[in-house]
This record gives sequence, C-alpha cells and structure tokens, in this order.
Amino acid sequence: MAGQTLYDKLWSRHLVKERDDGTALIYIDRHLLHEVTSPQAFEGLRLAGRKPWRLDTNLATPDHNVPTTLKERAEGNAGIVDPVSRIQVETLDDNCTSFGIEEFRINDARQGIVHVVGPEQGATQPGMTVVCGDSHTATHGAFGALAHGIGTSEVEHVLATQCLIQHKMKNLQVRVEGELGLGVTAKDIVLAVIGKIGTAGGTGYAIEFAGSAIRELSMEGRMTICNMAIEAGARVGLVAVDDTTIEYLRRRPFAPSEKYLDAAVADWRELVSDADAAFDKVVELDAAAIEPQVTWGTSPEMVAGVGAQVPDPAAAGDETVQQGVSRALEYMGLQVGQQITDIQLDKVFIGSCTNSRIEDLREASRVAKGRKVADTIQLAMVVPGSGLVKRQAEEEGLDKIFLEAGFEWREPGCSMCLAMNADKLGTGEHCASTSNRNFEGRQGYGGRTHLVSPAMAAAAAIAGHFVDVRDFGAGRAANDDSQVQEA
Amino acid sequence: MRQFDRHQGLVAPMDRANVDTDLIIPKQFLKSIKRTGFGPNLFDELRYLDEGYPGQDVANRPLNPDFVLNQSRYQGASVLLARRNFGCGSSREHAPWALEDFGFRVIIAPSFADIFYNNAFKNGLLLITFDEATVDRLFQEAEAEEGYRLDVDLESQQVITPHGETLTFEVDSFRKQCLLEGLDDIGLTLKDGDAIADFEQRHRQARPWLFRQAG
Repeated sequence: MAGQTLYDKLWSRHLVKERDDGTALIYIDRHLLHEVTSPQAFEGLRLAGRKPWRLDTNLATPDHNVPTTLKERAEGNAGIVDPVSRIQVETLDDNCTSFGIEEFRINDARQGIVHVVGPEQGATQPGMTVVCGDSHTATHGAFGALAHGIGTSEVEHVLATQCLIQHKMKNLQVRVEGELGLGVTAKDIVLAVIGKIGTAGGTGYAIEFAGSAIRELSMEGRMTICNMAIEAGARVGLVAVDDTTIEYLRRRPFAPSEKYLDAAVADWRELVSDADAAFDKVVELDAAAIEPQVTWGTSPEMVAGVGAQVPDPAAAGDETVQQGVSRALEYMGLQVGQQITDIQLDKVFIGSCTNSRIEDLREASRVAKGRKVADTIQLAMVVPGSGLVKRQAEEEGLDKIFLEAGFEWREPGCSMCLAMNADKLGTGEHCASTSNRNFEGRQGYGGRTHLVSPAMAAAAAIAGHFVDVRDFGAGRAANDDSQVQEA
Repeated sequence: MRQFDRHQGLVAPMDRANVDTDLIIPKQFLKSIKRTGFGPNLFDELRYLDEGYPGQDVANRPLNPDFVLNQSRYQGASVLLARRNFGCGSSREHAPWALEDFGFRVIIAPSFADIFYNNAFKNGLLLITFDEATVDRLFQEAEAEEGYRLDVDLESQQVITPHGETLTFEVDSFRKQCLLEGLDDIGLTLKDGDAIADFEQRHRQARPWLFRQAG
C-alpha cells in the first residue's frame, strides 16, 4: 500500500464519521473569527437557540475594518470614523462577550490580522484543523495544519457543531528545488507558481509545497506561500513539519505547556508526507530560475518577471483568456510591449496577511535604509500585521528607517489589501502592493494593483517605478541577517 | 434554507472568465451585519457608472448600458450563464447572498472556485458545471435568441433547452438532498452529536495539548 500524504494524515486524524452520501464530518481544532464574516453566524445561533459546542477553540480579533492611523486608533472603537465599520467591530465585541469567546480587541497589543495573530500566539499548531471565515486561512498550513477558509454558514456550523461537512480533496505537490537568487523571496516563489498553474490550477486540490527551496524558508516565508494557495485555486496549502516549525512554536502563549511539549513534538514529527506517498499531480519549479515577480493584470496569474514586458493578448491562449488579458490591460492602463520597469507608481503598500510579519518588514527596511521615497509617490505606507509585530519592529528600529525614508508607519490591520477602511487607492492609481489580490477595484474603486514582494515594493517606492531589487543590492531574505548585503 | 426542485428561468450570459467575489460584491458592502439586501449591489462596479457605497438609494445611480444585466432583454433573469473559474477569490458568503437576493437560482459555468461553490449551495443556489463546448453552445443560443429560457430539474439532474435538448449534470448526493428538501445542515450534523462527542473524547486523550484547559 502506498504511503500517505501529509494531507491524508491530517484528514484521517480528524475524521469523525464518513457518511453514506460520500461526505465526511471533520473535527475542527481551531476557529479564528473576525468582524466581517461572523455577525450573521452569531445571529443564526441566536435565532436557532444554539450555543457554541466548545469555547476554547475560538479566538477572535477585528482586522478588516480597523483604521490604521494613530489618531483614529487612539480612541478605540469610538475613533472609527465610518459608522458602518464601527458597528461591525462593536458587533464582534458584543458577540464575543455574550458567547464567552476570547477576543483581542482593537487596542490590545495582540490585535492584528487574524492570520498573523494565530501563528504568533502559537494558536496555530501542527496537526490541527484550522478554519476561519476568510480565504487566506490557508496561511496556517505552513505549520503542517489542515487550514482553509469557510463561508459564514460554515462559521455558524463550526460554532454549533465543532465540525464541518467535507469532501476529501485531491493531492497536489508543488516541488521547488534549488537555491533562490539573491533578492528573490517566498512571495516570488508563490507568484511564479500561480503564473505557472493559473488561478484555477489548484481547484479541488490541497497543495503541499515541498522541495529544498521550501525547506530553506523561515516560517514567515512558508506562511507567505501557503497564504496564496487560494490564489492558485486551492483552499489548502501545506508545508511539512521540521525543526524550523518546532522552533518557531516554542514558548508561544498558546503553545503546548512543558507538561505536554515532548509528546506534542513527537506527534508533530509525524506530519510529513511518506516517501512513497502518491500525489494526484506534481508540479516542479527550479528556484534558481525564479526572478522577482510583478503582476501586470487583474488576476494573480497575470504575472511576469521584473525584466519582462507587458504581454500581447494575441499570444495568450484561447479566446476566453485573450479577452481577459485585453480587458486587464485596458483596466490597468498598460501598453503591449511596455517594460514592467517603466510602470510608474502612485502608492506603495507594505502589509497584509501575505507580507506583514517581522521578516517582511526587515526585508523592506533593508532596501529603504538610507534612501528616500520618490517625490512622485503620493503615499508609501507600512502596516504591521499585529501589535506585537509593530512592537518588535520598533525595538529593532525599523520604524525609524521607514519614517526617515518617507514611509508612513501605521497601526495593525488588513488596511489597503482590501480597502474596507480608509486606506485605499483612487481611480487610475497604480500601487506596488505586497498583498495577495490584484482584482479590479480590490484596493479602491478604479485602483490598479501590482503584487510584489516587500523588497520589490520598497525598491519601487524609492525609484517611483518598478526596478529589479537585485540592482538595489538587496539581501536575500533569510533568518540569518549576516547573509544580508547592505546597499 | 430555501428549497430547490425545479426551476424554469430566463438566461443571462455573462461572457467573462475568472469573475471574482470582489466583482460580485465589492468590499464596502461587506460591512453589513445582515444576510439580506445585497441584490442592488450585485456586480456593483460593472452595473453602475459611479462608485457605490452602503446605504445608498441605487434608483438614481447611472447604469452601465453595456452590462448584460442592464439590457432590457435580460430583465428578470434567474439563470446566470458564466465562464470558467466563476467565484474565485475570497470566502465572502455575501457573494451568493447577493446573487440570490438579485433573483438568481441557477448558475451554469465550466468551473467554479471551491469556496464559492460550497457557499452557494448553502444558500439555495444550484451551480451546474458543463464542459466548455456545451457552455459555449449555451452562450451562442442565449445571445442569439431573445427570451431564451432553461428548464432545470434537480431531481433528474437535467437541463432542458428551448429546443428540447436534454443536458445531464452531476451534483453530489448530499448537496442535492439538502437543496431538494431545504435542509438545515447544522440540524443534520447535530444528529451525529454522540459521534462528535466520542471523537472529541478520544482526540483529547490522544492529544491533550489541543485542549487549552488541559494545559
């Protein structure tokens, strides 16, 4: 019998019951909540007279709507200028209070983007099932946890039953072998993967990211990659457990206590795909061939190396794809054959659940250090993923580097990734963004998003247009700062 | 949940691949704490020529005459014909809420994004997948023939065209049963409450660190 994949193992560990109709009940270990996708679920519980099945699995924090300026944040919820946003955040507080769910409120130092907060607290652990009413829940798969986004009906279902009704997914392995070039990061890997397999390439699959280039990544880098599994169509992204995973988790507040730590670590070590495990599909990439990536269109698959040109729709595949590319170029205001490096920018956003962790901010700060944001850039902002990331960055002096370079240094939240708060693009504005989606209107009505790594975003802010960060002498993102070459 | 057995309705063809959930319902409308009222803002950025905001009276907003749902021949459409990877992007259930609130009961496409597919069925929408060639043909017919309607029968898993052609589709039996009976799946799962409690007990014994009070 063939061995099991990591996904197969996680599935078996949580299988409550297989039903005659082909569905399965899967037990959920961790449920993360935020203000946007939970109010209707709590209301549903109330209307049906149901209570949460188990309280200690739930952890909530407001993130999508929260303002990021110190002025608005100073007053807590009362400082949220948009009354509709304020009601949504207050509703989360009220629901968590009345149902007894732990919440990190707006001005708690532990508040932040839910996918930054969970891992940072050790609330995301190997071998768990982790769900949240947010598609970027795939992030937590970086820990060898089975994690995916759910809709509001399922948020209610998990609250009421601690289970989800699921169909087993297929297994896709993405192998990235070799060594990344200097200045090329986890973000570039995942954008290159999406460029290769397309935004529906992973539909129906759980993707396990494997290979030497993935093993070499820090937990932050692995989270960046799993975060964007959904942009390749896969609800689940996974990375096998190794020493990097286990070291990251030690002494985090929600991590196993000393009493159970040895048993937990032994259990976690099993969370790797067996050598003879069978995958339904395997995709391979050569790490050394990956360039810094920039999206030029309105879908994450519309991506190219920074040295490339804006493509010709006529060369883009079948008629449906060609139409999509033509429409994207019109929306983005780009010309066929234009150099990516000639795209002029108006705003720069460094943040989001993809790239707002401490390593991301270090990577961007190394490029920004001693330089100035170009005069043509109206706004360059850095939004840490959580209050604790912000505090650590300040202890390392990163805030000063950014501020001296002309970046704004903000309070934690989702911010301009989806522009539910006041941080947004104006019509026609081009933005170098470290977020995950470049859909039409995503960052503001008529706004034009280009997805890049933190280092590429910082370099673009300095130059005013895209540049190859490798020409900036940017260091390779790694745990070891000594590898970094200063510009 | 709203029950679905058979539906006959006018078809609106939306000729665009990778329609994402931001396009279906833009983020400013996600601030609502209700499940209803999203219909007027379905496809907001395609439907109107100005920028929409929550709580606005849409009656006076300028309509985009080129957008399919604004054309007189598609008024009252309840079957949406779409292209590949429909519903990609976020997990917002506001997307199916908006489609349902607008009046759609059926969406036909060559493929759907996973989370959207799941969310749609939980809100009484029937999603049907046909191969690209079949969808192409339906597009041609719906665009060529004004008043083009499809008759969709879930029980027999068939779509019947105005020309009497019968197309069979696949749907998994659990989702089918939930739609046919309008079932509350939380109530169904709670019938397995003992199995869940038994699993939970074994899980706690095997991995006590997953239960915080144990630590």
